[in-house]
Parts: sequence; structure tokens; C-alpha cells
Amino acid sequence: MDFLRQTLVIARKDLRAELRTKEAINAALAFSIVILVLFSFAFDPGEQETIEMSGGLLWIVYAFAGTLVLNRSFAREVPNDCLDALVAAPISGGALFLGKALANFVLVGAVELVSLPVFGIFYNVHWAGRIWSLLFVLALGTWGLTVIGTIFSALTVNIRLRELMAPLLVYPMLIPALMSAMKLTMDLIAGKPLGGEDEVWLRLLVAFDVIFTALSLVLLETVLVG
Amino acid sequence: MSAVAAEGVWKFYGDYPALRDVILHAEPGDCLALIGRNGAGKTTLLRIIGGFSKAGRGQVRIFGNDPRETETRRRVGWIGHGISVYDELSALENLSLFGRLYNLPDPHKSAMEWLERTGLDRVKDGLVREFSRGMRQRLAVARAFLHRPSVLLLDEPFTALDDRAVAVLQRLLREALAEGRTVVMSTHQLREALELATHVALLNRGKIAFSGERTPHMAADPGWVYAHYDEA
Repeated sequence: MDFLRQTLVIARKDLRAELRTKEAINAALAFSIVILVLFSFAFDPGEQETIEMSGGLLWIVYAFAGTLVLNRSFAREVPNDCLDALVAAPISGGALFLGKALANFVLVGAVELVSLPVFGIFYNVHWAGRIWSLLFVLALGTWGLTVIGTIFSALTVNIRLRELMAPLLVYPMLIPALMSAMKLTMDLIAGKPLGGEDEVWLRLLVAFDVIFTALSLVLLETVLVG
Repeated sequence: MSAVAAEGVWKFYGDYPALRDVILHAEPGDCLALIGRNGAGKTTLLRIIGGFSKAGRGQVRIFGNDPRETETRRRVGWIGHGISVYDELSALENLSLFGRLYNLPDPHKSAMEWLERTGLDRVKDGLVREFSRGMRQRLAVARAFLHRPSVLLLDEPFTALDDRAVAVLQRLLREALAEGRTVVMSTHQLREALELATHVALLNRGKIAFSGERTPHMAADPGWVYAHYDEA
């Protein structure tokens, strides 16, 4: 019970701080919308090409926009040495990680939910037919992105070039999750149901989320204190 | 059982020993002033006692327990070089946040009480980023005392404080000591620290050069310990 309460306290604190400054979410929203709009003018793809590139384009945009949010996760604790106060507080590393990951999930998810209709409009894609399956895949992919981004944000928090280092570490780690999410998203937009021949990708994405969530919950204390 | 005990603590940065076989004890009600030149290892030692980093060798105990244990952390208050409060939150939100993290029975009430005690109740809803330096420092003091810790670890607590913040901190520390709580502080502000200290430890290049009770000589002449025990 304490774990859950502390998790929610941390998540609320991060969301409140971000919504007051809007530092990360504004940058991520602007980035994702500008990229989607520019690509639609640059390539002017046909219907079949759009379906084939949809998964890749969306998840590349989400991964890059997400990094803008995730990089700030522990960097937010650096001014005023706030990280010291969190490390000194009687909360578990797991609760601290999960609270931050939840806040990041909400922020990255909000960016995705705003940019998905933009994608639909500018690429003339009808994704609403499989909306629930698509949201499910978005949630799984976003959680994978969030977990890896949050733990690497903690790992690089004391590095001077953390804005450069975090993405360099995060993207290679994300390859399995992004590949799965891209393939599943592409097939859903093509009108195929979730499961069937895509089940292996779905399993890979779920396994990725479970494994890295468990590892991060256990490792955060070591990452921060040694 | 000592409130704070460091037993043969070593800390290495690469091959360089920042702390060398440090042995220290502070009992309940003691105020231990850790003094020494820049780079002597005061902050490193305090951070190990606070559980922010681990000793290379030796061990630290707070009331007989590891500093990283949850229950131990509940009994420790910390003021470091930064104020450790969030600029984007109000004073009340900051203290309520830490009240919840320390699982206080009524975080809002505790926060209001400490805002009053530090003279910040009238600006409780103001964002910290709009506060003056002195107000921010008083809020940092309130955060450290909020959960009534049994052990207070203070790293250069008087540095850059304005007069009012110094007065607030000294009053709160005196009250804490009178209640039998333990204070360990690193400091260069010898006059303020030696007014409060019951014990003094001088660190020199990572080693304890002197450790003992604060004597009248020290209070009368803050440079006395350096003059007698510090190597050139």
C-alpha cells in the first residue's frame, strides 16, 4: 500500500511540475506535429505506401518526441539538488522509478494522442476502425519506450552530456520494442486484426515491457546510490 | 548505541583515498562539527553517513542500522549544498510532498506548522522560483526538520544564509539538541558551528586529525583546533 501511495505521490509531483513549466511536452508536441506535417508534403505517398510506412513513421516520431520528455525525467531533479532529497526520503527505488515512469507514460501518451489524428488527417489514413487495438499497441509500445527512457535518464543524470548520452543509450535498447510496435501498428492500419500472424510481435512487445519493467524496479536504487 | 557511528570508513575515487580509516561516533544529543579545509573529505563523509554513496571499506551505522534502510532514512534529516525543493511547486506543495513521502499522519498540517516556524506561512502558495534566496533557504530548513528526524546531517548549513535564516536554523538546532536529537554538520563557519557543537572532528586529507569534545578554548578561539592539530 505504501509502495502504491509513494508511486502516485511521485507521479503527481512530476506531472504537476511539468504542467507548470511545459518545458518538455511543448517541445515534444511541436516536434511530432512538425515532422508529420513536413513528411506528408515531402513524400506525398499513395494509399499503399502510406500503409507500409505508417508504423515506421509514427514510431520514429514517437521515439524521438518521447526522448524529449524522458530526458527531463531525472534531469528535473538536478537543479537545487532535489535528487538528494528523494534519495534521502524513505521511499523504495521501485516506487521512485514507477512514479516517474507513470508520469512519463502520461506525458508521452498525450503527445501520441494529439499527433495520431494529425497523422490521420495529413496522410488520409483511416485508423479509427481498429481504434482499441491501436490504442492497446500504442500503450504497450509507449510503456516500453517510457521504461527504458526513465531508467536511462536516471543512469545519465550525473553525466554532463546527458542530453547526448541518453538517446545514444536508449535507441539501441529500444530496437526490439520499436520493431514490434512498428509491425503491429502497420498491420492494424492495413486493416488486419491484432494477433494471428502478428502474435509473435505482440508477445515480444509484452515480454520486453515485463522484463525491462522488472529490471528497472530492482535496479534503480543501485543506479542512484551504487 | 551510538546515534551515528563510522567504523574504519575508507572511500576511494579511482586510486585516490578521499577518506582514510575514519572512525567517528555521535551519541543522542550530541552536535558534532566536522571541520577541515576544502577537499578534506567532509562532504564525502557526510554523504556516506546519509546513505547517498557507499563506503569503499568500513561501515556506517545510524542507531545500529544501515543508512539505506527505509526506517533509518525516516529518522534522518538532510541539508546539502542545494536547497532540495522544487522551483515549480509552491512552498506548501513542496512541504506537503515531503510530508507524504515521509508518511506523516497529516502532511498538510505538518507543512503549515513548519511554514509558520520558518516565517513562510504568508507566502505558502507562492512558487519557490519567485522566492528570495533567504526564503528558499528557510524552506530548505523546514523540509529537513519537517519529519522531526532523530539525526540531522547538515553540509555547510550556514554558508550563504542571510541573518534571519541563520537565526532560524540556530534556534531550531538548539531545540533539536535539547530534545536529545543528534546533529552532524560540516562547516567552514567555525564561529556559528562552535557555538552549537558539543564535539568537534577535524578532517585532514581524509583522515581524522582530531576528534573530541568542544572545549572552551575552541569556542573562544575558533581557529584553535586548526592551530593545534591541522598539518600545513
